[in-house]
Amino acid sequence: MAVMSYRQALHDTLRAEMLRDPDVFLMGEEIGRFEGSYKITAGLLDEFGPKRVRDTPIAEEGFTGAAVGAAMLGLRPVVEIMTINFSLLALDQIVNHAAKIYGMFGGQKSVPMVIRTPGGGGQQLAATHSQNVELFYAFTPGLKVVAPSSPADAKALLLASIRDNDPVLFLENLALYNTKGEVPDGDVAGEIGRAAVTREGTDITLVAYSRMAHVALQVAEKLAADEGISAEVVDLRSLRPLDRPTIIESVKKTSCAVVLEDDWLTYGIGAEVAASISDGAFDYLDAPVRRVAMAEVPLPYAKSLELAALPSANDVVTAVHQTLDAVGRRSVGAH
Amino acid sequence: MTTKGGSNVATTSRRRPARSAKNSEELLGYYRQMLLVRRFEERTAQAYTEAKIGGYCHLNLGEEATVVGLMAAIEERDYLFTNYRDHGYALIRGMDPGRVMAELYGRQDGVSKGWGGSMHLFDTDVRQLGGYGIVGGQLPLAAGAALAVSYRDGDEVVMCQMGDGTTNIGAFHETLNMATLWDLPIVFVVVNNHLGMGTTVEMSSAEPELYKRASAYRMESARVDGNDVIAVRDAAKVAVERARKEQKPYLLETVSGRLKGHSVVDPAAYRSKDEVEAVRAQDPVAALHDALVDGKVADADQLAEVDAEVHRIVKAAVEFAEKSPAPEVSSLFDYTYASPVPNDSRRLPADPLFPVGA
Repeated sequence: MAVMSYRQALHDTLRAEMLRDPDVFLMGEEIGRFEGSYKITAGLLDEFGPKRVRDTPIAEEGFTGAAVGAAMLGLRPVVEIMTINFSLLALDQIVNHAAKIYGMFGGQKSVPMVIRTPGGGGQQLAATHSQNVELFYAFTPGLKVVAPSSPADAKALLLASIRDNDPVLFLENLALYNTKGEVPDGDVAGEIGRAAVTREGTDITLVAYSRMAHVALQVAEKLAADEGISAEVVDLRSLRPLDRPTIIESVKKTSCAVVLEDDWLTYGIGAEVAASISDGAFDYLDAPVRRVAMAEVPLPYAKSLELAALPSANDVVTAVHQTLDAVGRRSVGAH
Repeated sequence: MTTKGGSNVATTSRRRPARSAKNSEELLGYYRQMLLVRRFEERTAQAYTEAKIGGYCHLNLGEEATVVGLMAAIEERDYLFTNYRDHGYALIRGMDPGRVMAELYGRQDGVSKGWGGSMHLFDTDVRQLGGYGIVGGQLPLAAGAALAVSYRDGDEVVMCQMGDGTTNIGAFHETLNMATLWDLPIVFVVVNNHLGMGTTVEMSSAEPELYKRASAYRMESARVDGNDVIAVRDAAKVAVERARKEQKPYLLETVSGRLKGHSVVDPAAYRSKDEVEAVRAQDPVAALHDALVDGKVADADQLAEVDAEVHRIVKAAVEFAEKSPAPEVSSLFDYTYASPVPNDSRRLPADPLFPVGA
């Protein structure tokens, strides 16, 4: 098992899959000569040539749709869309076509393709470059949406996504590319549709994905160290299908939950998780499910405003305190 | 018949086809195919008004010569993508008329098993990879299919049909640009019936001679009389061969008319009587009928027998559709994903997410 960055795990996995399967090829803006805006595809043009590492025009709808068509004929394209914000230009091809072709034509053609795209707010990029719109895709039957938070999951889920016969939106995060972790050697494909309990606990469940799954772990460690509160962390990993059973099992154990998300609160992924908890574990809940999400504004450029709008570890600690206080359990947690 | 210089196509309502034996046989065959589209569509309109067919329903009435000419130019190995006005293409490409009608009826024996309906006819066996309901949505897909052919060094060609209104969307320009950049074996066909729903080409397109748009992408293009089946076929063959042999894309514009409204429910009140009359005067089915009789290729009785035969095919198609059962509700979740996946929600609207009281 090697320790490597999330970026390296993605790069190595793409390379390994291209070596394994000649039908796997890459398309996207600046992925070849420029080596990718975030350098995930560095060196691959030199190794595999322009047929398999295809630089595209700045035309997200066109090249994403071309990948769908290529997948219909049995190739396995992996598209890089520079940021999820630009994927909105390709929304028709992703939602109306990639997601629908298998069903709308009665199962005659599947669309085995992957759309890799980083999300993530912050870094003073202002409103159109700092938004997490994975919900649009997670909302859509026919698509699969995964959001790995660790280098190991990045590898396992990218392998699974490339080998899957359906279109998969593979959500990365700018803040995660340099994070490091142990990555198993060998051909270890994960399973789309499975969440992970990344930290066991008994007092409260924190549900999160992508960058916020890291925040959840940080907060859980801090709560344990400072206050003796035992938080369990569920990392969703897959936004569609959503692994409701794992969430419910955890909440049945802890009886309290806080949901963390980088997107907007109203109608967001946290809303779906909270509603699912209400449906599946209502009798076990000791307190209302709280959600920590981005402020509901187009994200501003000014640092002071941006910091206020983005959810932080402190916001999560506050939400945990409020939840446990509501039922007088903070002292229990601090036994 | 083919224009490259920019003048409008002169359409004639009565043609005099050459009378070689081979030509006669071909012309009769094309007449039979055009009549199949005509009678099938007339019967479809009737079934729609009887509420046997739901949803939207866009007919090829008036475009039969274009449909048949285009289908005569591509080979079995080639791939076809169309827009939502796709019934005629499906029939002439070789889909079973009964299964096409069953799809319109939303039955389980439909070509798309009742999941697609009128706008989404699809049959891998004849390589018709879909009618698509979003204007221009099929263009990037078709380019991707051509990319896959090229990736595998294949010799298939992709034909991508669209309406005139499509030439104003972004995907049209993005796709034509990629097609030239990447040397894709694809033929784009703009079926110019002069109307995008109720908006004329002149009202919607800064350059109403649509084939000229290809010049911005260094792409060969031509405009042809879409009411002349031979002219369409020959022009399309040039395009297909160029795509196959030289791996170069091509844009072909066919100019015809729409005999009815945009869809079955559209009375086309936006058109004047004169406009409708002008389209009727160029009816390609009637014109070919007269040309065949005038040229002594066939007499009126022989052509009436062809019509009777086509009527029998359409009648049988309707009977097949009527008898085909509705899809089982138990199959509702069969086609969401090709790869099975854990935790995939398979609930009907009233089903709880979790068993009550569990």
